[in-house]
Amino acid sequence: MTLDWLFIGTILVVGAGMAAAPIALQNILGPRKPNKTKSETYECGIETVGDSWVQLKGQYYIFGLIFLIFDIEAVFLFPWAVAYNRLQFYMVVEGVVFILILAGGLAYAWRKGALEWV
Amino acid sequence: MSDPFTAIGQFITDLLISIGIDAVITNILLTVIAAVLLGSVVGLVAIITIWAERKLLARVQDRLGPNRVGPYGLLQSFADIFKLITKEFLIPKGADRYVFIMAPLVVVGGVIGLWAVMPLAPGLAGADINVGLLYIIAIGAIGTLGIIMAGLSSNNKYAMLGAFRTVAQMLSYTVPLLLALLIPVMLAGSMGMTKIVEAQSGTWFILLAPLAALIFFISSLAELGRTPFDLLEAESEIVAGFHIEYSGMGFGMFMMGEFVHAFTISALFAVIFLGGWQGPGIESFPPLGFLYFLLKIVLVYFVIIWIRGTFPRIRIDQMNSFNWKFITPLALTVLIVTALVDKLAVENGFNRTAVLLASNAIIVLVTAFLVRAHAASLRRRMEVTDRAPIQQPEAAGD
Amino acid sequence: MTGPQIIFLAVGAVTLIAAIMVVTVPRLVHAGLWLILALAGIAVLFILLDNGFLAVIQVAIYIDAIAILIIIGVMLTRTAMSDTARQINRMWLGAAFACLVIMAGLLAIVSQAPTATAGLLVEDQVSMEALGRVLVDVDGFILPFEVASVLLVAALVGAILVAMTPARGD
Repeated sequence: MTLDWLFIGTILVVGAGMAAAPIALQNILGPRKPNKTKSETYECGIETVGDSWVQLKGQYYIFGLIFLIFDIEAVFLFPWAVAYNRLQFYMVVEGVVFILILAGGLAYAWRKGALEWV
Repeated sequence: MSDPFTAIGQFITDLLISIGIDAVITNILLTVIAAVLLGSVVGLVAIITIWAERKLLARVQDRLGPNRVGPYGLLQSFADIFKLITKEFLIPKGADRYVFIMAPLVVVGGVIGLWAVMPLAPGLAGADINVGLLYIIAIGAIGTLGIIMAGLSSNNKYAMLGAFRTVAQMLSYTVPLLLALLIPVMLAGSMGMTKIVEAQSGTWFILLAPLAALIFFISSLAELGRTPFDLLEAESEIVAGFHIEYSGMGFGMFMMGEFVHAFTISALFAVIFLGGWQGPGIESFPPLGFLYFLLKIVLVYFVIIWIRGTFPRIRIDQMNSFNWKFITPLALTVLIVTALVDKLAVENGFNRTAVLLASNAIIVLVTAFLVRAHAASLRRRMEVTDRAPIQQPEAAGD
Repeated sequence: MTGPQIIFLAVGAVTLIAAIMVVTVPRLVHAGLWLILALAGIAVLFILLDNGFLAVIQVAIYIDAIAILIIIGVMLTRTAMSDTARQINRMWLGAAFACLVIMAGLLAIVSQAPTATAGLLVEDQVSMEALGRVLVDVDGFILPFEVASVLLVAALVGAILVAMTPARGD
C-alpha cells in the first residue's frame, strides 16, 4: 500500500470532517427547542396527506441499468484507450467494434421507447 | 529555487528525522499533514467562490450584489455561515437519524476527495496514481449516493422524488462524460492526471478534441445541477428537492458541496483540456505552473457563472431526451471517429492536429445538418396536421 | 504484527460485520447502505493487494452503479417501508449446520493449496498499457472482450423486454 492511497484515504476523511465540523458546531451553538410543529414533515405548509412513500416509476431503474451497462463498457475501454498509441490498426478497429455493439444496444433501447421520460 | 516544493518537503523530512522519528513514520506523517492541508484549503475556497459568483451574477443581472457586509461585500459569506450555524438543526419526525446526518458528509467528502489526484504544479500532486481519471469518475459519483441517502432518510415524499430525479439526471449524464473522457486518455496514453498534463506540452487537448471538451463541459454542468440543468433545485418546481428537510448547516453543507464541486469541475476541465499547469516559462520556474493553473480555473469558472446568468432552465423531459438522443450518440460518434482517424493519421504521417480538427469540424457540420433536417420535418408535420407543437410538455406526474 | 497486517485485519473485520448487517437488518434500505460499506471494504482490500486499478473499478462499478441500482430496485417494491417481518425463520438450525459444513470443506481445500511465495509483484502499479494491449491482441483476450460487449447488450435487451412489455398493456 503506497503513500498515495494513504493520501487519498486521509483527504476523503478530511472532506467528510469539513462537513461534520460545521454541523457539530451547529449542534453546540444552535438552539434546541423541539416542538411538535417544527418536526412535522414539510409539505408546502399544510399537513401531510398519506404516508411519505411514493411509488417510483420503473423508468428510474432503466436509466440506472443503461448507466451500469455503459459504466462497465467504459471500464473495458479505458485500458484499450491507454494502450491506444501503441496499438496496430486492427486492434483499434476491434475496440471500435466493441463500441458499435453497445451503440446498437442503445439504438434498441431508443426504438423500444425505454429512453422516454414518463 | 528551481523546485521549492520538493525543497520544502525535503527540509521538513530531514528536520523530523533529525529529531529521532523513524523515516517511514515521517513519510506517513507528511502525507497526512499534506492531505489535511489540501482538504481544508479546498473546503474553504467555497467562501471565496460563493462571493465571486454572487457578485458576478448580480452584475450580469444589472444589480450590485452583496455590498453591505465588509468592503465590496467580501465578508458576506462569513455572515451567512454565522447565520446558518446559529439555526436549529431540525431532524424531521420519523426520519432516519444517522443516515440523515451522514448524507451531507458523503456528498462533501466525495467532492473534496477529487482534489487528491489533481496536479497543482509540476511535481506537486497529492497522490500520483496511474488510474487518476477513473478515480475521478468513481469518487465523483459518490455524491449521487449521498443524495439518495438524503432523499430516503428525510421521510418526505418530495425529498424522495427530488432525490430520485436528481440521481436519474446525474446517472444519465455520466454516460457521455465517460465516453468523452476516453479521448484525452487516448491522446495522452495514460489515465494518470499528471501524465495527461505533461502530454499537453505541445498542444492543449481542447485544440485536438474540441467536441470532446464541449461534451465533457455540458455533461459536467448537468452533473452539477447547474443552469441550464438546475430544474431540480428551482424553488418553483419541486421545492428544493432532496434537501427540503435540512436546516442550517446541513443545508449549508449541500450548498458548499455544490460550489466546491463547480470549482472542482473547472479545475478538471483545466487539467484535462486546457493543459493544467502548462504555460510559458515552466521549465525554469516550476511554481509558475500553479499560477497558470489558477488562472485557467478562474477562466472556466467565469464561463460557468456566465452561462448561469444567461440561459433559461430546460424541462426535465427535454433534458432527458437531450442526453440520450443527442449527446450520447454524439459522444459515441466522436469517440469512434477520433479513434479511427487518429490512428490512420499517425500511420500515414499526416499532421495530427489538422486531421483531428478537420474530423471534429466534419462531425459538427453533419450534426448541424441532421438537426436542421429533423427540425424541418417536425415543422412540416406541424403544418400538415395544423396542430399544436409535437413537443407536448409531459405532465409532471411521477 | 506489522502495520499492513493490522490494517488488513481491521478492514476485513469491517467488511465482515457490514456483510452480516446486510442480511440481518430489518429495513431493506439500510441493508443496501451496509452493502455499500462492505463493497468499500473490498475496495480497500484491493488497495492492500497493491492493485489500484481494481480498487477504483470496484468503487466505480459496484458502489456507483450496482449499489444504486439495488437501492432503486428496493424502492420500487412496497416492502421497503413495511419491514416488520421476522428476520430469521424456523429452519435456521439446518441452515447454520449447512453453512458450517461448507465452511469446513472450503477450509480443507484452501489449506491444501500450495502456499504462495511471499513478496509482491515486481511492478508496484499495474501496467495499464499491457492490460489494454492484451485485451485486443489476437493471441490475447480479444474473444472474451467482444463477447463481453455482446453479453452487456444481451443484458440490456433482456432488462428492457422485461421492464417495458408489461407497461405496454396500460
